[in-house]
Amino acid sequence: MIILLVVIPAGAGVVAFFVASDRLRRMLLLCAAVTQTALMLTTWLVTPAPAFGGWLAEDALGRLIGTVASVLFLAVSFYAVAYLGEERNQPHSDFDEGFLFSNAREASFTGCLLLFLAAMTLVSVSQQFALLWVAVEATTLASAPLIYFHRHHRSLEATWKYLLICSVGIALALLGIFFLSIAAANPDGSSIPLVAPELRANARHLSGPWLKAAFILLLVGYGTKMGLAPFHTWLPDAHSEAPSVASALLSGALLNCAFLGILRAQEICVAGGLADFSDHLLLGFGLLSMAVAAVFISGQTDYKRMLAYSSVEHMGILAVGVGLGGAAVFGALLHVINHSLTKAMLFLVAGNLLAVFRSKSASGVTGALSVAPASGALWLLGFFAITGSPPFGPFVSEFTILKAALEQGQTFVAVAYLAILAVVMAAMAAPMFAMAQGNPAPDVAAAPGRSVALTAVPAMLGISILVMGVYVPPILTRALREAARLLG
Amino acid sequence: MSETINWILVLLVLTGFMLLGSSRLAACIRLIAIQGMLLGILALRMQDGQWSAAGALLPLISAVVKGVLLPWLLMRAMREADTVREIEPFISYNLSIIAGAAGLALSLWLGRQLELPNRPPSPLLVPAAFFTSLVGMIVIVSRRKAIAQVLGYLALENGVYAFGAAVAPRLPVLVELGILLDVLVGVFVMGIAIFHISREFNHIDIDKLEALTDRL
Repeated sequence: MIILLVVIPAGAGVVAFFVASDRLRRMLLLCAAVTQTALMLTTWLVTPAPAFGGWLAEDALGRLIGTVASVLFLAVSFYAVAYLGEERNQPHSDFDEGFLFSNAREASFTGCLLLFLAAMTLVSVSQQFALLWVAVEATTLASAPLIYFHRHHRSLEATWKYLLICSVGIALALLGIFFLSIAAANPDGSSIPLVAPELRANARHLSGPWLKAAFILLLVGYGTKMGLAPFHTWLPDAHSEAPSVASALLSGALLNCAFLGILRAQEICVAGGLADFSDHLLLGFGLLSMAVAAVFISGQTDYKRMLAYSSVEHMGILAVGVGLGGAAVFGALLHVINHSLTKAMLFLVAGNLLAVFRSKSASGVTGALSVAPASGALWLLGFFAITGSPPFGPFVSEFTILKAALEQGQTFVAVAYLAILAVVMAAMAAPMFAMAQGNPAPDVAAAPGRSVALTAVPAMLGISILVMGVYVPPILTRALREAARLLG
Repeated sequence: MSETINWILVLLVLTGFMLLGSSRLAACIRLIAIQGMLLGILALRMQDGQWSAAGALLPLISAVVKGVLLPWLLMRAMREADTVREIEPFISYNLSIIAGAAGLALSLWLGRQLELPNRPPSPLLVPAAFFTSLVGMIVIVSRRKAIAQVLGYLALENGVYAFGAAVAPRLPVLVELGILLDVLVGVFVMGIAIFHISREFNHIDIDKLEALTDRL
């Protein structure tokens, strides 16, 4: 069953490259997404048997990350079918510079989307560290072509930076895995297998200095992919140049997968009694990411770049939450879900605004509420949610982290955290409100006959954020507690 | 036994220096190919005479991929891009080599600091592996041509691989194949990207990729 979770999207992805009919291929995308998500949801009821001698297994943490990826993918695939239907295969003119460009083949795009899901699912079920590495690198390779869907020089530049920076980062993570295997070597020549449960059980026997070095390398390597400052430089470019469908998945699902790589290392540090060391690193990088993001969100004119920097900020929040430990870990894991839903919704709405206003600059968009009322309203809802206002989900998780920081007496962290959140809220408020309100330019009109899915999907995500703000299902709470237990 | 390993490691360090000092792309690609072959032989020699079919096959596959397949892909990318076949570094070759020498000193020092649980067969192993990785990083940050950056990435990867082959207990075969496949597909995708860059811009100079920046 675990194998099916990966094989279904992988197989459908390979097939999608060769299906000539657009309609058939889009059906395939939806069918694969529905089946895979259904299967993923059943793992919440029936824990599947481990495969390959425990290398592939579902645990609470992996299931959480995997389910977020699957559910988002399902939502995004409905949006993608409508989006691809409207793109058609004709040259488009660039919004900013006016030149003509064409799109990549839709078959390759759909195929890569599905392979991307397969790679992310493999990340979520991998218990073996090197296999996890292989899967994370596979996510980079499957998603790079998605960024270069609109074939022009800016998306190409973004793709190149993404490929190179993430590959170099990931090479450092591989060195970290070798360090880990040195840490796991016993004096008698045997060694502890690099499988998460075994390493956790024997964590006290691992060599401390090597484990610390391994953690640093894994944090830097996977942190590059996750978008932690100062290794985040690829992220705003890739998220802003990719089509909104891909941006939503990159931000909502991929960053979590990289985070999972760090969390697996954190689990071992906690079990080995090195939590103090790893917590400090996570706190430091987390606060730095939040601060850097706040600086770049202020005065950002490109609204997709603003959302991208907001992802850097929220990855920082996740790192801070896990670094604080205790109740904050629960908050951080809850925030994984809330951030993914909110950010995916915002990127999809940004795609709608882009299609109507034909401008990526925030100043080029005014009066969204009157031209495209649904998208405009969702945009405002997204603003309140992402900046942590009640009654939306992110408020609950961000507040849980803050409360834990205060209870632990980490006043400095709490003050810095609150101050940065306030700065970000102020910086995002002005452009996002101006985009929704006001009078639209006279030549802007809503395109007639746009597919309902383009607003229905973000609306569904919006409803789910609202639900998460007032009611977290008990089954989810239990799972989050179980996952948080191993993380200190 | 250890004599061969020492020679391989000396050659590895030499190819690193030549990579820093040579101006022609084709020559650099050949150097990376030689490194790939050397690593294959190294992994083969590391097995202490405990021969097994899988154990011998893996270094062989790795040598073919890193020594033949990847260089071939890069040569093709270079021809298709039809670019000036000079490296055109941001810093002079002399400075690159001086940086390399500093890197070697650092690697030798690091090699002394690390206390390995199992003694490697040669004291040169860890420094040579670190040095190769450092050369890769120097190349990535100091070269202008996109292909040269891929070469830097491969050198970095070669260094990490050498380190793994030297000190880590053997990884399972499937995982090693997976890592190799990732590198292969990675270079393949980068090759495609280079082809598109050369068509879009008529050059592959990454310092001219600067449309996307945020200034404070």
